[in-house]
Amino acid sequence: MICSNNICVSLSFLADYFREGNSDAEDSELRFATCQSLWKHVKLEAEVSLEDLNKQLFDNLVSFLRRSHSEFQEKTTEWNCQMKSREIPTAALVLGVNVTDHDLTFRSLSEVLQNRVTPYVALLQAKDCPGIKNLMQKLLGQLMNCYVDVDSEEDDYVQTSQNRIRCSMTSLITWYESVTKKTDFETPSKKRTSSRHWQSPPVVVIFKDMESFTTKVLQDFIVISSQHIHELPLVLVFGIATSPMIIHGLLPHSVSSLLCIELFQSLSCKEHLSTIIDKVLLTTQFPLKLSEKVLQVLINIFLYHDFSVQNFIKGFQLCIVEHFYTQPLSVLCCHQEEVKKRINSLSHNQCENIRRLPSFRRYVENQPSEKQIALLTTDGFLKETVQQLLDDLNVYHENYFPVLRCLHVFTSSLPKYPLGKQIRELHCACLENRVWETEEYESFLQLFYAPLFFFFLKTLLELKESRRSKKLTKFEMLRFEVVDYIDSVVRNYLVPADHKTLHEIVYFNTASVLREHLNAAPRVALHTALNNPYCYLKSQALRSDGGSISNKAPDICIVYKLHLECGRLINLVDWLEVRKDASSASSCSHARFIRAVSELELLGFIKPSKQKTDHVARLTWGGC
Amino acid sequence: MLNKYRAVSEQSCVGCQLTFIYVFICNLGVRWARQLRRGAAKALGPAAASRRHGNPGRPRAWLAAEVPPAPFSRRWQEGVGRRGPRVGGDARQSAPRCGPQRWGGSRGGRRVRVRAARERASASPRPPQGRWVARGSQGPGPRGGGGGARAAAAGGGLGAPAMSQAERKGGAALEVKFVPDEAVLRHIADDAGIKVRKDKTPLTVNVKRFVKKLDTLSDDEAQEFLEEKDYVAALGICAQDLMENGSSVGGSEVYSFQTPKRSNKMAELASELAQTPGQSVASDHSECPEKITKTPQSSKHSSSNKVQQKSKKNDFMSTTPYRLRKRLAAPDAYLESESEYSASCSEEEDDEETQKEVITVLSSLKTPAKAKVASTPPSRKKVTKKKDKMSNLVEEYFEAHSTSKVLTSDRTLQKLRKRRLNQQTLHDLLEKSPLAYAAEIEELNQQYESLFSKWMLQLHLGFNIVLYGLGSKHDLLEKFRISMLQDTVHLVVNGYFPSITVRSILNSITEEVLDHIGTFRSPLDQLEFIIKRFKEDSSLELYVLIHNLDSQMLRGERSQQILAQLSSLPSVYLIASIDHINAPLMWDQAKQSLYNWLWYETTTFSPYVEETSYENSLLVQQSGSLALSSLTHVLRSLTLNARGIFRLLAQYQLENKDNPSYPGLSFQDFYQQCREAFLVNSDLTLRAQLTEFRDHKLIRTKRGADGVEYLLIPVDDSTLTDFLEKEDEDV
Repeated sequence: MICSNNICVSLSFLADYFREGNSDAEDSELRFATCQSLWKHVKLEAEVSLEDLNKQLFDNLVSFLRRSHSEFQEKTTEWNCQMKSREIPTAALVLGVNVTDHDLTFRSLSEVLQNRVTPYVALLQAKDCPGIKNLMQKLLGQLMNCYVDVDSEEDDYVQTSQNRIRCSMTSLITWYESVTKKTDFETPSKKRTSSRHWQSPPVVVIFKDMESFTTKVLQDFIVISSQHIHELPLVLVFGIATSPMIIHGLLPHSVSSLLCIELFQSLSCKEHLSTIIDKVLLTTQFPLKLSEKVLQVLINIFLYHDFSVQNFIKGFQLCIVEHFYTQPLSVLCCHQEEVKKRINSLSHNQCENIRRLPSFRRYVENQPSEKQIALLTTDGFLKETVQQLLDDLNVYHENYFPVLRCLHVFTSSLPKYPLGKQIRELHCACLENRVWETEEYESFLQLFYAPLFFFFLKTLLELKESRRSKKLTKFEMLRFEVVDYIDSVVRNYLVPADHKTLHEIVYFNTASVLREHLNAAPRVALHTALNNPYCYLKSQALRSDGGSISNKAPDICIVYKLHLECGRLINLVDWLEVRKDASSASSCSHARFIRAVSELELLGFIKPSKQKTDHVARLTWGGC
Repeated sequence: MLNKYRAVSEQSCVGCQLTFIYVFICNLGVRWARQLRRGAAKALGPAAASRRHGNPGRPRAWLAAEVPPAPFSRRWQEGVGRRGPRVGGDARQSAPRCGPQRWGGSRGGRRVRVRAARERASASPRPPQGRWVARGSQGPGPRGGGGGARAAAAGGGLGAPAMSQAERKGGAALEVKFVPDEAVLRHIADDAGIKVRKDKTPLTVNVKRFVKKLDTLSDDEAQEFLEEKDYVAALGICAQDLMENGSSVGGSEVYSFQTPKRSNKMAELASELAQTPGQSVASDHSECPEKITKTPQSSKHSSSNKVQQKSKKNDFMSTTPYRLRKRLAAPDAYLESESEYSASCSEEEDDEETQKEVITVLSSLKTPAKAKVASTPPSRKKVTKKKDKMSNLVEEYFEAHSTSKVLTSDRTLQKLRKRRLNQQTLHDLLEKSPLAYAAEIEELNQQYESLFSKWMLQLHLGFNIVLYGLGSKHDLLEKFRISMLQDTVHLVVNGYFPSITVRSILNSITEEVLDHIGTFRSPLDQLEFIIKRFKEDSSLELYVLIHNLDSQMLRGERSQQILAQLSSLPSVYLIASIDHINAPLMWDQAKQSLYNWLWYETTTFSPYVEETSYENSLLVQQSGSLALSSLTHVLRSLTLNARGIFRLLAQYQLENKDNPSYPGLSFQDFYQQCREAFLVNSDLTLRAQLTEFRDHKLIRTKRGADGVEYLLIPVDDSTLTDFLEKEDEDV
């Protein structure tokens, strides 16, 4: 109860923030609620689809884990024989370079394992394990905690043990024995709860970032645990970002021979991205859409900066927040069923907002004059029209995505992929401008025309038609017809969204905001401020032409400008002299110079140098 | 009761002002603030003082900024033709010393270098023909000839065997790769019905399309590489379109400064401006033509880039004359300005040599790319030009760092006879001087203040906020705190404070926010405890404001990791500011995703008053009063003999204060002196005494090259003089 209360409270004061900073406070609460629910749905959808993607991988892993210690289950001597070699079953999990997404993958992996294989799963991170001692400590801590989750009545025992037990392999083994023995005794009563696990489930140790572990720690751990593999069914999982070869790079042969490694490869992050785009953006399920530029920024950040699907989703979250925050009409950006109600309750101000929309103005201009007047004066009529227009927009989207997918199927089978290989490229191309006016589209049609020929020829030969020449002309006709049909479909349904009236309501299109907040360039900002203060301080005195800087500029700008003239070392005396002459020589100019120099030092442009007395060294280079 | 915020007087310590971490827990109804006092505290005193005042040498974490970009260093490590360049380097080094026959010297240098180059061409197993192959596949054209000619240039344009060899190699590789677009198209489409592709001239193709065409041919990896241009274009276009205040500056403009190089420029400007005060400072030297006519050398310099490029086409040696020219400019400058010029002596001789090696290896590796052939197809020209620009940049870097000799005037502040200001007078003076453009700055600030509630919203939605841009953001954050965080639990961290640590931040969270009494074994344990507590109790919320997240003390990898983890907690809201140009380098992908930043540019132009008050500026006279008082305090508690011993050491150090390479006083000598002064009777006594000094951080021992122990007092000379004077008075 308290919890839910808390959430309510926090939501309401968040809505306050939502309102406060806004010039257009219309419907802010409703907007905020819509925003939150939309984000919740998007997040859920993204998580579900990512989980689906990993399903295959996890299934394979689970069956591997089951297999690896099946002999141990039977408790036969065979096990001992087989494990004479002391090989630890190991899964090398190659996840790709998008390290930031791994966390989520591992979390769901450990969930899956705990549900289906074993309750004993430990997740280790390199930064927690600088030494073997820390590693064992972490391992024991995690294993015993999950033990607590199974039997809460044994709490006190664990509490004491965790603090007192010496973290060693033997203590781990005694713990394991006690756990499994207990379940042995209690099997009749506990059968139901532990049925999904076996009697002696394996202990899974996951090394999240295998590459960053110290070799020594890894080696020690592997060697020690291989000694005890008879008593403890241990399975290792290595999370690998680069390539499986790294195992042999990190571990010498003597150690890696103690492992029985099987390789598992996850889908590449680009496939993850495609799925997310497919499920979240190329669907009518979510009312908010992204414009071409925004999508391009997000994709570029993904491709050129981090390959992180999580960051992509985070970017999308920012889009949602920004859209609902800045666009007062975003209140209409909701599901079809609700739109009607919301349109009816629009205030007069909101109606004015609609009239101000550029796309709506364009629409009005194309209407007959009496209708124009009605649209601009009567709120009721406006609402009706808006309702209709929004319906149109919805129909447009319902047609757009299937046609887009169709076109993508055609284009992706062509050589050289004239309209892009991925559907997202095609989508961007369609959003950007009329796709049928582009050169790529033309070449697509030509190319498409060509395979049609081969296709028909093939069917033709199969039919073994004798009168070829006559049929062929028919084929020509057919080919043209097919191409024309596709062309007309494209022209009909793949109209760029910004040609649609009221597209501003559902499309977020301020890409600059996104780039500014996600992919900022602090150094550029510093340089601009120092080089051309007029950009920020709109004072006529600072207006400058070309490379010169007025002597009225802030001290730090002048000092910066002067330091650009220098080489690797700068003589402070010269610098001071120039500075003093540049500005009017006053009593405090010296002090101001000192301040400017120390500010430059703080910003990292210079540092004190010991090479020569009273010199500073420049830390940026070029032109020196 | 509702008067939640109580100002805490920020007490100023002896020389420097300290601000404290303070936490307000107001919604509990308890109004208290606790100050964590540092600096003047207990035995920490002298240590902290010495760190603050004594040594200007700070941790070199940011040196990474100076390291050359990775690919070049890698190339350097390959050590291709290492033998050759060293010979060339020697020759070049000797050239300026030759004086009158310097051109002869340079020619000699060239000869040697050519030999080296030829040696390399024949000896090195792999000239970079792999690259040519890769390039060859990019477009049509007589690639074979180009490759061969380029290879010839690499061989100094002289070695015929090298040329033919390279030609053979280049030609063979290219034949295999190249498939023209038309052929592919023709292969697929029947050109009977519809005309295929109207224009095939690569010149008219815009970058985007060009890229698309290419990447359809290539694999995924290649696609990424090539799309880069696309990306740049996309971002660039957007920047031009949408950045309102015109802050769209390309990378090359930021990372290189296209001012012509003139080492004596500063002094020139000084004398010039002395004649005409009030004139605006122009970065463009061409604005004062009379200067150029006076110094023909400098005009040569300004066009040197062009010259360099032209000569590069066929002359492999062009860097040497250029360098010479630069040297030659020095005597003229000497005559012109009244100050004497000298090159500073280097500290590391070995370094110099290796650096030279680097530059020569580099230039030899670069030349193939640079030597252009007339028959280069037009589509490639752009690419090559870009390469040229890039490699010029690289060469500029190495040029600047190739030699440790720097030409600057020898004037020092002492000769200026301008007394150094101390911290206090500086502060007073600045206080008096009016803030320029106060109205405009105020306007900027108001603009940012309107974002406050948006920040709050975004903080609560799981983002953290980082502020960047020129100017102190201290006041802005403080305003944010006052207007938005009145009723909340919040922690203000003054990152610029010289002795702040992550540990102290964590301590204040556990002690003040979580009311936990007890210590932790490591910061990691402490962090774990905090995370656990925050996860258990969902009603706990904490706002953390960090001024200068990129400060000396917090920029370390471990500190950032801990702070990132802390900020990733859903109920910890972090808002921080950064100032350093390389601050974003602190964070790798993992940390960035933990921080989950939203960047906000807040250029305020406000002076960094608080932030720089701890900087060791060269121009500010270090008052040293703190160090002095701690010295006297510690020494007063010692025996008379011990004070005598210290005095001896201090006097010796002062006698040698003009010797820059003074290593310290060796233990044996010191023992001798102490014995003579009847201060100790055995070296054991002296050692015991020295241990005590060392414990109080009064002295430092250093082992010299010969293994002898040297003793030093880590206090600057003026403080030491003051100390001795004071001692004399006492006696």
